[in-house]
Amino acid sequence: MSTPNTNAALAATEEQNREFLVFSLGDEEYGIDILKVQEIRGYENVTRIANAPDFIKGVTNLRGVIVPIVDLRIKFRLEKVEYGGQTVVIVLNVGDRIVGIVVDGVSDVMTLTPEQIKPAPEFGVTLSSDFLSGLGSLEDRMLVLVDIDKLLTSDEMALVDSVGE
Amino acid sequence: MDITDFYDTFFEEAEELLADMERHLLAIDVDDPDVEQLNAIFRAAHSIKGGAGTFGFDVLQQTTHLFENLLDHARRGELTLRRDIVDTFLETKDMLHDQLDAYRSDDVPDRAAFDRICRTLQQLAMEEIGQALDGADGMSSEPESPAPETETAPADETSPAPDAGAEPEQAPDDGRLVVSLLGVGDKDRDLLVEELEQLGEVQAREGDTDCYRVTLETSVGREDIEAVMCFIVEPEQLRVEAASAPAAGEAAATEAKVAEETVTETTITETTGTDQPSPASGAASANEAAPSSSDTASQPDASGTPAGSGKPRPSSKSKKKAKSGGETSSIRVSVDKVDQIINLVGELIITQSMLDQTVSELEDVNHTGLNNGLNLLRRNARDLQEAVMSVRMVPMDYVFSRYPRLVRDLAGKLDKDVELVTEGESTELDKSLTERIIDPLTHLVRNSLDHGLESPEAREAAGKPRTGRLTLSAQHQGGNILIEVIDDGAGLDRDRILAKARSNDLPVSDSMSDDEVWQLIFAPGFSTAQEVSDVSGRGVGMDVVKRNIQNMGGHVEIASVTGEGTTTRIVLPLTLAILDGMSIKVGDEVFILPLSAVLESLQPDKRDLYAMAGDDVVLKVRDEYLPVVPVHEALDVAGARTELDETIAVIVQGEGRRYALLVDDLIGQQQVVVKNLETNYRKVPGVSAATILGDGSVALILDIADLHRLNRTKKEARRGQHPGDVPTAHPKEVEPS
Repeated sequence: MSTPNTNAALAATEEQNREFLVFSLGDEEYGIDILKVQEIRGYENVTRIANAPDFIKGVTNLRGVIVPIVDLRIKFRLEKVEYGGQTVVIVLNVGDRIVGIVVDGVSDVMTLTPEQIKPAPEFGVTLSSDFLSGLGSLEDRMLVLVDIDKLLTSDEMALVDSVGE
Repeated sequence: MDITDFYDTFFEEAEELLADMERHLLAIDVDDPDVEQLNAIFRAAHSIKGGAGTFGFDVLQQTTHLFENLLDHARRGELTLRRDIVDTFLETKDMLHDQLDAYRSDDVPDRAAFDRICRTLQQLAMEEIGQALDGADGMSSEPESPAPETETAPADETSPAPDAGAEPEQAPDDGRLVVSLLGVGDKDRDLLVEELEQLGEVQAREGDTDCYRVTLETSVGREDIEAVMCFIVEPEQLRVEAASAPAAGEAAATEAKVAEETVTETTITETTGTDQPSPASGAASANEAAPSSSDTASQPDASGTPAGSGKPRPSSKSKKKAKSGGETSSIRVSVDKVDQIINLVGELIITQSMLDQTVSELEDVNHTGLNNGLNLLRRNARDLQEAVMSVRMVPMDYVFSRYPRLVRDLAGKLDKDVELVTEGESTELDKSLTERIIDPLTHLVRNSLDHGLESPEAREAAGKPRTGRLTLSAQHQGGNILIEVIDDGAGLDRDRILAKARSNDLPVSDSMSDDEVWQLIFAPGFSTAQEVSDVSGRGVGMDVVKRNIQNMGGHVEIASVTGEGTTTRIVLPLTLAILDGMSIKVGDEVFILPLSAVLESLQPDKRDLYAMAGDDVVLKVRDEYLPVVPVHEALDVAGARTELDETIAVIVQGEGRRYALLVDDLIGQQQVVVKNLETNYRKVPGVSAATILGDGSVALILDIADLHRLNRTKKEARRGQHPGDVPTAHPKEVEPS
């Protein structure tokens, strides 16, 4: 009589498994919740916005919608920031907003079980652990799982007018 | 246009607000409630109350008023939330929904439920606030504010008990009704009789000014008659009864008038009498009021049951059918859908100009067919765009026609004489803006009536006409729409605002300019009203007004002269509209200037440029010295021309300020589709919006007034970094008048 139980358990774990889009910034690998991703496109035609933080590259036209573009490489203080044919913009749905992030490349989509997601240690200075949903451990690879909602709506990203202004 | 045209809008709005409220209530964490969430719930209740007041939905208004009071305590932390309190709140929300549905189907809201919820809420208020204040110092306003309500509620609730019990049996939908008019002047009376003749057959009319009776053979329901008549007379002056008991009707009518006077004497500002207080209840309510506040628990049975038992629903179904028969030739479409079409048309225009650009580069005479097709496409696209835009435009009358009733009711309630003047009703405004301007305007009108305009006596003493004047005006001004609410009341009280600001811990000083002081009233939770009334004075109004208008991309200003009145100006930019723009180039970047702000452009001569204190430069244009704002400095554009006489000066004007904007090149004039930057990003200093150019790239539309401010703050920041560069003792700023 154990079959229904195991099935239920299986279903439960499958529900808890989460899918992440894996992208690279320099040599580091990051993962974000795949459900937040709207589309992936090349980096082009970005109009600069004056007096904005350096990691906000500007705005671009996404089929008639004005979308801000954030370069995570600058935000995370990576040394090499180049724009080439491989440079990719991941368009995300964050809350009710659309935001694009510039990354060095998108590799694949990974499914992680709850066991594979470890809590992030509290040490981050550039990237506070508040903005991490954990570290994904994958054999010899480590994915930094970013809570992209929290990160992009945080005050330090300066993407959203602070409330009550 | 009569006010019933807007019922649907209100129902829809209220429905949304209730849904919002529920969402927030469900999400709230009882142990650690989010203040923003409580504020949102409170604002929803407040908005519904406002609308209900406008349309005379008294039961709804009273319920929300009680509810709002409790929520106000909750958001100030004076009421500790518990799970069961939130449950009660949710129940109240459901009740509000029921009431709304009842009003929507022209039905009478369920009195028994109303009774019950009112008592629960009152009990809560008494328990919680009583406890909270027992320990604390007995602040005056808190315990008082729930107390008056306990008077209102029973006064109204109990009255229909005999009515509800007697009426439906005696008054079937078709039959004879006696309409009694109490204290109605001859002129209005004739008007009313005329009105009644439209509704049915007038069989008899008799009586005098005090009580004039019209016997009517009609198939129209009681409520409908009342609804019609209420546009001319006060509900208290009206009594509709079945004809079978004329004697009783007469007696009741005269007595009702007596009772009504007693009621108005005891509770002056209350909304009593709307349900024709019958003699017994009018007197009883006054007596009941006292015990009900102390002994709420035992009350529900006393008045709740009779009202509940005598509450049959008078064939609401047949009425609904009759209503749906009167179909109109217009359809209601959600604004979102219209917006979507406008966006798509905008895209079409952009695509079309991209095609234009590509084809113009072909320069080949063999493409005549293509060119002809493109020309046709261009014309069709423009026509389509114009047609779609016109769908959105509605006259301001749509907004303004809501206020006469509100002003009239409020003035009566507050014992003030007010004349409402509206100007510019035909000014057309984008539909989405008119819908969103209603709430803020309602707040402003209420504020003006409650705080601005004085009582007739005070006005006379101040040497002003007894009747106060409230003006609502709308006009197009450049690319903006200017809406003004002007009253000739007492004006704002500088000292009181400052005192209140201090007690709210806002940073203020006595040396602040009047304008800065007036801005303080937009702070959240700010109210200088001495007492909380159900008209205004919770300080929620101006906070909401500012937020709403900012959300529309506009701004609000207040000008006030003590003793002469207050003017509130709302300036709304044409966000969703199309803008006539001038495209300019600075470095490699293209910007759009609103053509309405551009006065002229010229090539500056070196001899006309004068340096002033440090790095300020002014340009002499025909005997006028204008400050110079180089775009590349304000917006940090790299690679721009820096030699002043190589640039082009565009003379612009914004918010009454004129200055010269230095750009590299003028590209041309074009119509652009305004795209909001704040949808996905935030407000950018010096920029009002964005647009998409023919090549698909984004260009920013400059905000002329804000650009000037931006340039100044940047200059100041630079001076802060290099204090030695500039003689700091007298930093001169060019401030054109």
